[in-house]
Amino acid sequence: MENNRRSFLKFAGVSVLGLGSLSLLDGLTSEDVIASSGQASAEATYKKTANALTAKRWGMVVDTKKLSGRICHKMEKACREAHNIPELENKKHEIKWIWEAHYNHVFPGKTDEFLVERLKELPIPVLCNHCANPPCVQACPTQATFQREDGIVMMDFHRCIGCRFCMAACPYGSRSFNFEDPRSAIAHENKEFPTRMKGVVEKCNFCAERLAVGKQPACVEASKGALVFGDLGDPQSEVRQLLKENYAIRRKQNLGTNPSVYYIV
Amino acid sequence: MNDKPKIIIGLIIFFAVFTFPFWYNHGAVSSAPEPKLSDKAEKAKHCVRDTDYMRKEHMHLLDGWRDRTVRDAERVYEIDGKEYMASLSNTCMECHSNKAEFCDKCHEYASVDPYCWDCHKYPKEKK
Repeated sequence: MENNRRSFLKFAGVSVLGLGSLSLLDGLTSEDVIASSGQASAEATYKKTANALTAKRWGMVVDTKKLSGRICHKMEKACREAHNIPELENKKHEIKWIWEAHYNHVFPGKTDEFLVERLKELPIPVLCNHCANPPCVQACPTQATFQREDGIVMMDFHRCIGCRFCMAACPYGSRSFNFEDPRSAIAHENKEFPTRMKGVVEKCNFCAERLAVGKQPACVEASKGALVFGDLGDPQSEVRQLLKENYAIRRKQNLGTNPSVYYIV
Repeated sequence: MNDKPKIIIGLIIFFAVFTFPFWYNHGAVSSAPEPKLSDKAEKAKHCVRDTDYMRKEHMHLLDGWRDRTVRDAERVYEIDGKEYMASLSNTCMECHSNKAEFCDKCHEYASVDPYCWDCHKYPKEKK
């Protein structure tokens, strides 16, 4: 037989095709495929928990008149324990969900030379604003950060690749990056809530896991009435009533992010 | 064909190296491990789905649980009139509290390394 390139290529092509179709046949006749096509799989459905709290748009009102350093501290502690937030020694690696800040840093556009005395020393709790127009969601390349229908800006840690675009996009510094494994620095472990791993970003989730079982957010429970949580989309809700009766401001409103956290000052 | 001996020796060496994994592991092949059920799982008799489904599809089930819980806030998985909280740490590990014997055994055998445990917790086991 004359051996040339042409006949070799022909032979090789036919061989590959033949072997390839063999494995295809094998796949079609295997038990798995036959079983799954033959019997209809049992119908499984997903639904919300029966006692879940729902809203059109979740929001929060912080009444600074009811605030004190002690209450702020309690709220932080409640959040830390509910979400397994580590306490890291290195300040640069700090993980923050809710923390306290000075008025001038919370409202940099509203600082005054002669600020009311009360606000000069008062620690003000800051957290993710769960903006209606969240820049972090737009920045996220993997859709790990997304906005739920009820307005909560959530993180899907499974999808986070740790690029930190969201941290650059957030004008409130509400996001923290796990520069190290947080597990060793968790003082009080909540067994029902997962930890995070090194290399993901995290932030406040408005206690989505607590709302799902009919509970108010952990910080709200610990706040002794200084924080009120409710539905901004419902004119009858407590938060809307509070906003009707009190003058409230929001952080960096001029940026157009439309925050859902209001501060009565 | 003056280089016949060289070629043959080369071929022998090539085949020896190429088939190294086969004959090196010959006889060392262990049978597939049987995951060991905890007492609680044993008593419960049935899992969320039947054993066959769980064996083949548990990773897809967990994937579905994860996506629906996190992204759609739908945390209840309902099947055959029974409702389960879709949670790895709080539902699965409640019965299958023996991660080393139940999960790791097969995962190690199949050389898969799921990263669930980087974040999700499992019950501490007595050694």
